[in-house]
Amino acid sequence: MSSTLAGWLQALALVGALALCYRPLGDYIAKLLTTTKHLAAERGLYKVIGVDGDADQRWPSYLRSLLAFSAVSVLFLYLLQRVQSHLMLSLGFKAVNPHGAWNTAISFVTNTNWQDYSGEATMGHVVQMVGLTVQNFLSAAVGIAVVATLIRGFTRSKTDRVGNFWVDITRISFRLLLPVSIVLALVLVANGAIQNFHGFHELSTLTGDSQSIPGGPVASQEVIKELGTNGGGFFNANSAHPFENPTGFTNWLEIFLLLVISFSLPRTFGKMVGDNRQGYAIVSVMASFWVASAALMTFFETHPAGVALKAAGGAMEGKEVRFGLWGTSLFATSTTLTSTGAVNGMHDSLTPGGGGVAMFDMMLGEIAPGGTGSGLYGMLILAIVAVFVAGLMVGRTPEYLGKKLGGREMKFASLYILTTPLIVLIGTGVAMALGGERANMLNTGAHGFSEVLYAFTSAANNNGSAFAGITVTSPWWDTALGLAMVFGRFLPIVFVLALAGSLAQQQPVPATKGTLPTHKPLFVGLLSGVVLIVVGLTYFPALALGPIAEGLH
Amino acid sequence: MSKPLPTSVRTHFTALRFLLVMTVILGIAYPLLVTGISQVAFSQKANGSIIKSADGKEIGSSLIGQNFNLPKKNPNDPNEQAQPDPKFFQPRPSAAGSTGYDPTSSSGTNLGPNSDVLLKSVNAARASVAAFDGVDPATVPADAVTSSGSGLDPNISVAYADEQVNRVAKARNLTVDQVNALVAKYTESRSLGFLGDPGVNVLELNNALNELK
Repeated sequence: MSSTLAGWLQALALVGALALCYRPLGDYIAKLLTTTKHLAAERGLYKVIGVDGDADQRWPSYLRSLLAFSAVSVLFLYLLQRVQSHLMLSLGFKAVNPHGAWNTAISFVTNTNWQDYSGEATMGHVVQMVGLTVQNFLSAAVGIAVVATLIRGFTRSKTDRVGNFWVDITRISFRLLLPVSIVLALVLVANGAIQNFHGFHELSTLTGDSQSIPGGPVASQEVIKELGTNGGGFFNANSAHPFENPTGFTNWLEIFLLLVISFSLPRTFGKMVGDNRQGYAIVSVMASFWVASAALMTFFETHPAGVALKAAGGAMEGKEVRFGLWGTSLFATSTTLTSTGAVNGMHDSLTPGGGGVAMFDMMLGEIAPGGTGSGLYGMLILAIVAVFVAGLMVGRTPEYLGKKLGGREMKFASLYILTTPLIVLIGTGVAMALGGERANMLNTGAHGFSEVLYAFTSAANNNGSAFAGITVTSPWWDTALGLAMVFGRFLPIVFVLALAGSLAQQQPVPATKGTLPTHKPLFVGLLSGVVLIVVGLTYFPALALGPIAEGLH
Repeated sequence: MSKPLPTSVRTHFTALRFLLVMTVILGIAYPLLVTGISQVAFSQKANGSIIKSADGKEIGSSLIGQNFNLPKKNPNDPNEQAQPDPKFFQPRPSAAGSTGYDPTSSSGTNLGPNSDVLLKSVNAARASVAAFDGVDPATVPADAVTSSGSGLDPNISVAYADEQVNRVAKARNLTVDQVNALVAKYTESRSLGFLGDPGVNVLELNNALNELK
């Protein structure tokens, strides 16, 4: 079979598997977010933490719980890394330095999983399991919880209650993430991913050299790293490492995992608002961007450009033989269009076009399909903007799903859209203006600028992948990117929750002849246009200095 | 009676209790459960797919690549360049650690598509691989002159394996057919026939060659 035919089949199988999951998984998530029944284990948990599982919160209270939980998590993860040398299974690693520990704590709590460290040389098994794996679950659950409040904003009326934060993240963890992780972690192990508590295993190679084979609870972290769109690798090489991602099949499975929740959430949305067509409209926009990006990425990577890759006769630099060009392109597209940021090949060595696509994917705001929960709330904000634009054209107050989009709502939506680009562009600008920080690039010229732009784009959008040649372990980089991750995660969440509260209080208005139908192809086209225009106008100048300049090299 | 704690403080205590309970379930019970089942059901793979030579010695992991170089002339000279051993199939270049294929330091080069450094190393690798295998430099496949993302790639492309068959057969006094048969045996096809790309597992192949004698 030719690589091209196999590549097409691989992509089609992925689309088919995601399509098969869309309805059952979306409906299942809708049910767990709306049912009033608690499991016995959940009731026990609410008792222990002193929360009334039947009482919904107002949006400010929901936000306070979310922020308190995140703050406590950052502190816990920070302390865990700082006392690492005293923990069991620390493999002899020292405590992580203060700025590195701060950066990593924030990175995992914000679902970014940017890594300024090399896993196999920094983190012991306890920090990986008790610290990082836990946040892989909970930061993913927080994203889904936030989008649940926004959807409730549309479905509820004349109430100030948007849900219960503790109930939401408990159910998402126990009923969705944990069961899937247990089963699929075992599938990964059955295909070669490791799962043990060994340290480094010294052995003598065939030619008599010594080699240290690493150990660790890898599969249990790998599966939730993808399923929760986290992306923080157990090892430095992330999903390129054979112990994280051993075969062509595990590679396909990992791509599927990092897409499946985010691609099914529009169904949850449609189900909860009582009109499945609304979900189909949203998922169509997500899918079109994903398909276009995958096609472009694959085209660029199978047509090598750049003097070094042309000399090699193929863009295999930074790629594994077992995944090939197609398997790496599909992964690179999916990881940057979600907030995952796991990599199965080094993005720094992608072709200029491929690297540009990866960056553009993140600049879209990670909405196609985006991170768990965060992808859908990002897309719904853009849908609100699209409805608003359409309303302006005909000169009437726009409404979406029966809720009026007035000044208050549009302010929150606009603030949401402005936040991330501000962080990316100011951060990149400051880094480029500081001579010392600029020197941390590995590559020179336009590609060096791309490394800096990619770093801030990745941090602010909570992606976590990198043009990894850049050295980001200095206090300045740890601090700057840490701040980019905090603001890039929590400011948008504040605006979404405020918007949810504002929508929930409204009395729905009946649809009239003048109401824009938001389930038809016209709206799908309009929304896609809004996405492209918002992103294009914001980032074009920066892209021109980086990947575009490099492509014209 | 002391005053009740303010709401903001109570929320943080709720958060802390929640995090601790979740840490026990998701950070301890979950990995232990997966490890327990894995160790019983898939112990060879869960422990790193370690393979042994015919005499029962552990020689590496079938998933982690290795160097196949000649012994150094002066083992104490850190500047001596390692020379590939013609008796063995050679892996791809590797950026893991200073000597390559160091699993304590998995990494790619991270060099960009227009990098001068990468261009030089690709050209140098093409010339040396072509000379070593006695082939036209233009026919050397891309994976033979580029480093993988992990620096631990256990596989080489079928084209790169085929290129090395004559050289290995000659160095070992084997027939080309004998070596070809082993290459075919250790060629891993695509998963399920269409996922990923085929490759030849270098360590397993070299181990089998050693056992052939």
